[in-house]
Amino acid sequence: MALTARLGKPGLLRGLWGLLIGIAFSAALDIAIRAAYGYDPLVDAEAITIVSLLVAPFGFLIGIGAFSHWFYWASGKPTQPEDHSSHGAKSWKDYFGVNTDHKVIGIQYVVTSFFFMFIGGLLAMLVRAELAAPGQQFVDGNAYNGIFSVHASLMIFLFIIPVFAGLANYVIPLMLGAPDMAFPRLNALSFWLLPVAGIMMTASFLVPGGSFAAGWTAYAPLSTSMPLGQLFFTVGVQFAGASSIATGLNFLVTIITMRAPGMSFWRMPLLVWANFSTSLLVVIATPFIAASQFFVLFDRALGFNFFNPAGGGDVLMYQHVFWFYSHPAVYIMMLPGFGIVSEVLSVKSRKPVFGYRMMAFSLLAIVLLGFTVWAHHMFVSGMQGWIRVPMMVTTAIIAVPTGIKIFSWLATLWRGVLTLDTPMLFTLGFLTMFTLGGISGVVLAMIPVVIHVSDTYFIVAHIHYVLYGGSLFTIFAGVYFWFPKMTGRMFDDTLGKVHFWMTFIAFNATFAPMHVIGVQGMPRRVADYPEQFATWNLVISISSFVLGISTLVFLYNIVSSWRGGPRASGNPWKSLTLEWQVTSPPPVFNFDRIPTVVGGPYEYGVPGAVHGTFTPAVTAQKTDPPPVAASSGGSGERE
Amino acid sequence: MAAPDKNLPDYERLGISDRKTPIGPLLAIATVASVLGIALGLLIDWFPIAASEQAGPIDTLWDVLIICSVPVFVLVSTVVLYSVYRFRQRPGEEDKDGPPIHGNTRLEIIWTTIPAVMMLALCVYAYVVLRDIEDAPAKGTKTLNVRVVGEQFTWTFFYKGGDGKDVASPQLYLPKGTPVKFTIQSKDVIHDFWVPAFRLKIDAVPGIDTSYRVTPNREGRYPVVCAELCGLGHAVMRQTAVVMPPADFDAWLTKKASGDEGAAGGGTAAGAAPGETDGKTLFTGVQPSCGSCHTLADAGTTAEVGPNLGESLKGKDEAYIRESIVDPGAKLAEGFQNLMPPTYGETLDPAEVDALVEYLLEQAKG
Repeated sequence: MALTARLGKPGLLRGLWGLLIGIAFSAALDIAIRAAYGYDPLVDAEAITIVSLLVAPFGFLIGIGAFSHWFYWASGKPTQPEDHSSHGAKSWKDYFGVNTDHKVIGIQYVVTSFFFMFIGGLLAMLVRAELAAPGQQFVDGNAYNGIFSVHASLMIFLFIIPVFAGLANYVIPLMLGAPDMAFPRLNALSFWLLPVAGIMMTASFLVPGGSFAAGWTAYAPLSTSMPLGQLFFTVGVQFAGASSIATGLNFLVTIITMRAPGMSFWRMPLLVWANFSTSLLVVIATPFIAASQFFVLFDRALGFNFFNPAGGGDVLMYQHVFWFYSHPAVYIMMLPGFGIVSEVLSVKSRKPVFGYRMMAFSLLAIVLLGFTVWAHHMFVSGMQGWIRVPMMVTTAIIAVPTGIKIFSWLATLWRGVLTLDTPMLFTLGFLTMFTLGGISGVVLAMIPVVIHVSDTYFIVAHIHYVLYGGSLFTIFAGVYFWFPKMTGRMFDDTLGKVHFWMTFIAFNATFAPMHVIGVQGMPRRVADYPEQFATWNLVISISSFVLGISTLVFLYNIVSSWRGGPRASGNPWKSLTLEWQVTSPPPVFNFDRIPTVVGGPYEYGVPGAVHGTFTPAVTAQKTDPPPVAASSGGSGERE
Repeated sequence: MAAPDKNLPDYERLGISDRKTPIGPLLAIATVASVLGIALGLLIDWFPIAASEQAGPIDTLWDVLIICSVPVFVLVSTVVLYSVYRFRQRPGEEDKDGPPIHGNTRLEIIWTTIPAVMMLALCVYAYVVLRDIEDAPAKGTKTLNVRVVGEQFTWTFFYKGGDGKDVASPQLYLPKGTPVKFTIQSKDVIHDFWVPAFRLKIDAVPGIDTSYRVTPNREGRYPVVCAELCGLGHAVMRQTAVVMPPADFDAWLTKKASGDEGAAGGGTAAGAAPGETDGKTLFTGVQPSCGSCHTLADAGTTAEVGPNLGESLKGKDEAYIRESIVDPGAKLAEGFQNLMPPTYGETLDPAEVDALVEYLLEQAKG
């Protein structure tokens, strides 16, 4: 292909051009404005960088073609509503462009998130190397603060939140009996916002003054007085957040309108319920973190006074707005995992999920209560004292719906026929480890205790029991569980078990001692600590390196199994839910015939029970001109 | 098709594994494990030394939380492990399902109600403890007011002298047995004033005053820690709280308030031994210590927050060194930001500054 044609074709190369044009535009705009105001110097690299952070990503997104269809439509050019030219992947190269197939996007999401998980993990290794002994080992205070800030930001915004969105992207339309998500082009844009955010946050290390170093919480006024690197977080979060919101909306519309005939809300698998609840949280809460970071951007870049008391600003306001998102965000990072656990436990125990309706109601209860507990992060912030007590009560009470879920899962295990393979081991690991994280969560509701342990390693221990022992264990369970569906290959179960046991043991050896040193008085986010904590920190660092190595076992297993694992059948786990009733991997439009749902999703042990049938035979997609009966079936899916 | 075996129960014929199991043994195991777990949890030496009246109720609340938490964790783990042992798939069961149990309303009500009641009870208890530790002392009790000012990266403690004037100290001195009310302020970003031995902390927030009360009840020296990330010197923002007999405290405050700042050895302001004028000792003895940020081979310090004084002071004169101590922002070493506390001119007495300057001048030459 001629060079000019290649440059003009939507793709990464044109994306690069778009990026450069975006930067050039930002520079020109900045210089023009400075010239108009008569500012000196005319060229201010920092100002150009800030404008570029906001503008250049759009150049990239337009370049790769994420907006093409809408632009054609808006400019009145002929467009095909059913344009499937960018749907489905024929070779690995199709994964590096804009693709509207939810299965391609799902894999793009999962692989990209794991890429940033490995970067975040390396940063964690650096943190532990520095903390292996008191005093300074490898990095100074500024670099250290930058490393843990980027570690947390990548793990939260580029790994846990999007990897769940990726798994759900792949599985949910299949579970619903739908051919794709409701808005496939929006879905593609949602994905491509992610690498933008991830590269921005990672690239902050290259900026003069170092990466953003005010923690992932970016409390003002520390964040508003930081060097340029801080804005790579401030703006990066906007792109990650926009991606989340768009995906959340997409899931809500898909789940509400695209269920197969017969798929009532009370016949939906709990993973669908979980992502329905998560999407509600995402859509309602995420705008708040966007707001908090725009405030920081205005203060830092334009000299506003939102958080400057000398200019009438209010420092505590930042924390209220920030935590109004960031507490629900903990549930955004946990509820999809609850869904995965329900799926895996039921299939691997060969029993229906115990108390299905209560499981769904407890998800909704968590959504509701999740918005009433944010100030428990602020018990020592100096806010008005009375609000602490109601927030303590709601925080403790949110353990009740969570407890219902734990007990119902235990009852699902009871008297089942348990298959103890890798996905099941991670699920059982989750049950025990998340319980510990939940218990320390209740401890952290009790104001008098929090006054002592807030901002200590006890908090670090708690958050890792929740997000590693909780979320990450379910992510591993989910990746192993749906790996055959996604790739058409089986993973190596022995290596999977090695991965589990290494992870489980090293995880506990790493994070359990942090409870103790936290209560003993070691604050979090310090590059140096007194001699009295040296022994435990050395133990923690060594364990964390083993934990780091355990993820390499996972990586090797996934890569080698994807390349040459044994072929997987359509339904290797003998599951009843719809995604397992098609081939592995599924056809481009998921179902050659639209399924009709006739019962609950987990009727294991009920003789002859099925969740969905493919009779009467209804052709689902446009392979043939649809007969009259099919169009009524087809519209049924969009009831 | 072979005739169904009449001896098998219905569920076996249907390929379902019944596995009815008494829960008695499970509960016995869980109870024993809980008792052992609670014992272990209470044996762990969780807290640092307690040096305030407020620490007692908090530590007791912690023990109660351990006693409530351990059985929950043990119960969940025991059910998981017992299920793995008892219900795992055995050879010949590859095509078997479990019994189709969809739920049990009574059980679900029980495991909703019991945790809810337990949570509310814990909240009530925690509220009582909170009132206990935050209540103002009875009217007429003498309270010491201390204003605590945080800045990057040091604390300064202000007392009211006899004449109503502020008396500044880089080290926190407190009389044993007297209720103290701290009023906490910040000059720049958010800090957090925490004395682990007192169990209490609160943020120092720019623009507003925050406060808490504490009654120290044990003599000794305890670390004062900044618990909120405040920038690159956050880890070294550590000072000392000294709890002393009330008479000693009064003597110290009177001396400090009326102290002739010109007189050598006028106080223990620097936190080093009273009247210390050995520059090398002061280098690591002042609060916050020079050595916690600066490398200086002779003093044996290796920190890299600020410039390496062995190099940056080479060839500098006395005036430069003196200015760098009392007004560190005036001239900055290349590549370093203005992060050093500007408080040394105020908190060190002139003799101590002289001693430091003299010592550093020696190093600059050598």
